[in-house]
Amino acid sequence: MTDEHRTPVSLSGLAANDPRLQPAARNPELVERVIGVCFIVGTLCLAGFGACYWIDAQPWKLGATLGGGLLFLGIGIVAWGKYLMPRGPFVEERHTLANSEADRNALAAAIVERGGGVMQRRKLLGGLLGGGMGIFGIVALFPLLRSLGPLPKETLQHTDWRSGSYVVDQTGRRVQVGDLAVGSIETVFPEGTENSDRGQAVDQTVLIRVSNEAFTTKKGRETWAPHGYVAYSKVCTHLGCPVGLYEQELQLLVCPCHQSMFNVTNGAVPQFGPAPRPLPQLPLYVDSSGYLRSQSDYHEAVGPGFWERS
Amino acid sequence: MSDVLNTRRAKKQALGPYGRIGKSLGELDDRLGVARGGRTFMDKIFPDHWSFMLGEIALYSFLILMVTGVFLTLYFIPSSAIVTYHGSYAPLVGQKMTEAFESTVNLSFAVRGGLLMRQMHHWACDIFVGAIVIHMARVFFTGAFRKPRELNWIIGSTLLILAIVNGFLGYSLPDDLVSGTGIRIAYSIILSIPLVGTYLAFWVFGGNFPGTSIIPRFMILHCLIVPLIIIGLVGAHLFLLVRQKHTQFPGKGRTEKNVVGSPMFPVFMAKTTGFLFIVGGITALLGAFAQVNPIWQFGPYDAARISYAVQPDWYMGFLDGALRIWPSWSFHSWGYTIPFEVLVPAVILPGLIFNLVFVWPMLERKFTKDNEIHNLLDRPSNRPTRTAAGVTMLSFLGMLFIASSTDVLAKFFNISLNTVLLSLRYLTVIVPILAFPITYRICHELQAVKGGGRRKTPNVVTRSVEGEYTATPSPRYVDDVPSHLEATEVPTYIHEEPDESGDSGVRVVDR
Repeated sequence: MTDEHRTPVSLSGLAANDPRLQPAARNPELVERVIGVCFIVGTLCLAGFGACYWIDAQPWKLGATLGGGLLFLGIGIVAWGKYLMPRGPFVEERHTLANSEADRNALAAAIVERGGGVMQRRKLLGGLLGGGMGIFGIVALFPLLRSLGPLPKETLQHTDWRSGSYVVDQTGRRVQVGDLAVGSIETVFPEGTENSDRGQAVDQTVLIRVSNEAFTTKKGRETWAPHGYVAYSKVCTHLGCPVGLYEQELQLLVCPCHQSMFNVTNGAVPQFGPAPRPLPQLPLYVDSSGYLRSQSDYHEAVGPGFWERS
Repeated sequence: MSDVLNTRRAKKQALGPYGRIGKSLGELDDRLGVARGGRTFMDKIFPDHWSFMLGEIALYSFLILMVTGVFLTLYFIPSSAIVTYHGSYAPLVGQKMTEAFESTVNLSFAVRGGLLMRQMHHWACDIFVGAIVIHMARVFFTGAFRKPRELNWIIGSTLLILAIVNGFLGYSLPDDLVSGTGIRIAYSIILSIPLVGTYLAFWVFGGNFPGTSIIPRFMILHCLIVPLIIIGLVGAHLFLLVRQKHTQFPGKGRTEKNVVGSPMFPVFMAKTTGFLFIVGGITALLGAFAQVNPIWQFGPYDAARISYAVQPDWYMGFLDGALRIWPSWSFHSWGYTIPFEVLVPAVILPGLIFNLVFVWPMLERKFTKDNEIHNLLDRPSNRPTRTAAGVTMLSFLGMLFIASSTDVLAKFFNISLNTVLLSLRYLTVIVPILAFPITYRICHELQAVKGGGRRKTPNVVTRSVEGEYTATPSPRYVDDVPSHLEATEVPTYIHEEPDESGDSGVRVVDR
């Protein structure tokens, strides 16, 4: 194989007996045999795919036969193309894409002079048309955007916790003061929302019993945690994942999404991670029958930050 | 008898020298005038270098995505209506879930071949995005994006964004516990945009999260709108490729004015068809033996539940990592909040990265003052600044990707989460900063290597009867680059206008 043979030549205009059109493999018979085996095995695999589909359609059998069949056929075809087809390399001339200066000027003239002339003579009409198109562009956005959903208004600022809402667990059972042992945790909702999408997404609250006595997480919240029951919004202030992990020894609530950690005994202040704000705390009280109820809604918006969040 | 033969021969002659095929092509040419263009197309030359097949992997995995995707649409129900599961997967029986989740479980277990199709679809998506990224790296490091191919670079980058977006939309559809958390995070990211964030989030989701509109809307986007745009842009990408012809590495007989390689028909067509089969085969094998996204183990989405190690698909990893390691800096004043802790890593950062990618060809043209047409590719080491910049970007993205598994790393190595997070914060800054000078240095060292970029040929060692060893060089490889051509790799006009700063992105090295 000398270098001379390898000088690139154009493809068109080659004689039928040109050496460059001959097979490239040094041992074509062997290559033919290997390719033949590939094709046979591939075909058998694909037939096996049909059989497997017919018999029990086990996914792994289907995938193995289909994959094997395609793989063997593919290897055979590539080998055919690589070893038993014109060996090249061939060359193709590249022509400049750019046109002559005269052609360019002719196009520019058509647009600038012809089109520009039309516009310049009827400036008012042009302006009117432009205005109409602009208005169309703006009003077309109304149905495209506004119809998609309601305006946010105050929805994000409030939850469904009200003054006197019963605290219920996920099955809807009202939580009583003796229900949780010290150190246990429960996901709770205001009664009536435990099965709704909004209840799950917005009102979800973690109820943790940190002690047997009334507990103060922060100054000004002395009455919020009766009998040691502390309730925080379960929606992470970072990106809204449920803050579902409770590390009892360190008294931390951990968000499994981005590992923000909130100190349960200290007003759920973020101790670590990307969350910027404490989890809002829900003020609780125990009514005369021993049920846990909320004093009011959260005093701030729950969940991640947004522009209108005051 | 001879009469019959004669009429046969006469019929054959009437068809012309190329028989029936020639006749039909003639009929086609009468109507569409395809003969000359068709011949040119059959003669179109494709360079033989292996790195040119990376784009083909992307194209073929996209084909597989469309075929398997059509299959999946027949059985998937894009609905948030709540149903109770009564299917064949026992652990879920009796659970409440959306129809989207139920139909995904059903198409995996109750439809023949459904699980294979679903897994192939997911794997093909991972391969699709991966192939685009590697293809893009090849184009970047060899300078294939330079004039006249800037537009195709921009189309390709847009395709990468669309692929990532559609991947996210797709794995959100089953409405399982992991993907639902992903949708929740996406909602919060939209919410973080100042002024308009809440409005955008409410319009995208049809109200407050979660609502019932998002699954049907993602379905339309995932199965119709985004794929249509992708198909259109892939068409434009390929049209520009044919119009501008391939780039090629410098080598014997290769100039700015030609393309050297194998013709479209039959050589390239055979190779590429075989390659399509191979990509399909590998995807099918992965779908058969490598379980991916087993949603029935995660369970249906419930906004109040969560599982451990919540991570998105690999191509969203850099975003998740950025969200994890960015500090909790939030702006809050005058009754308004700007959640920088989300806005910067999830909106501004990817915006900056992709904008930098888009304008890179123009930037490079500006700084090198190189406004020539380029059809010959660069060796990456001959362009140290560009190569170093690319490695810096990739190492930055790589660090963010690693940062998306802080919790898994902490658990695996049994070190505290705080240590992992803090070290990743530092490393994400330090590693890219170090990557630049190191790559730059390596490039310079590589330039000094004699015969660098040329394929090595082995020496044949023979032992004579006397016991003497002699080494004779074996014949050269076909595509070996002769030494007299290497000097043309760096265009000479750079000599005329050396950049003052010495940081031009192009260096001429004396050999």
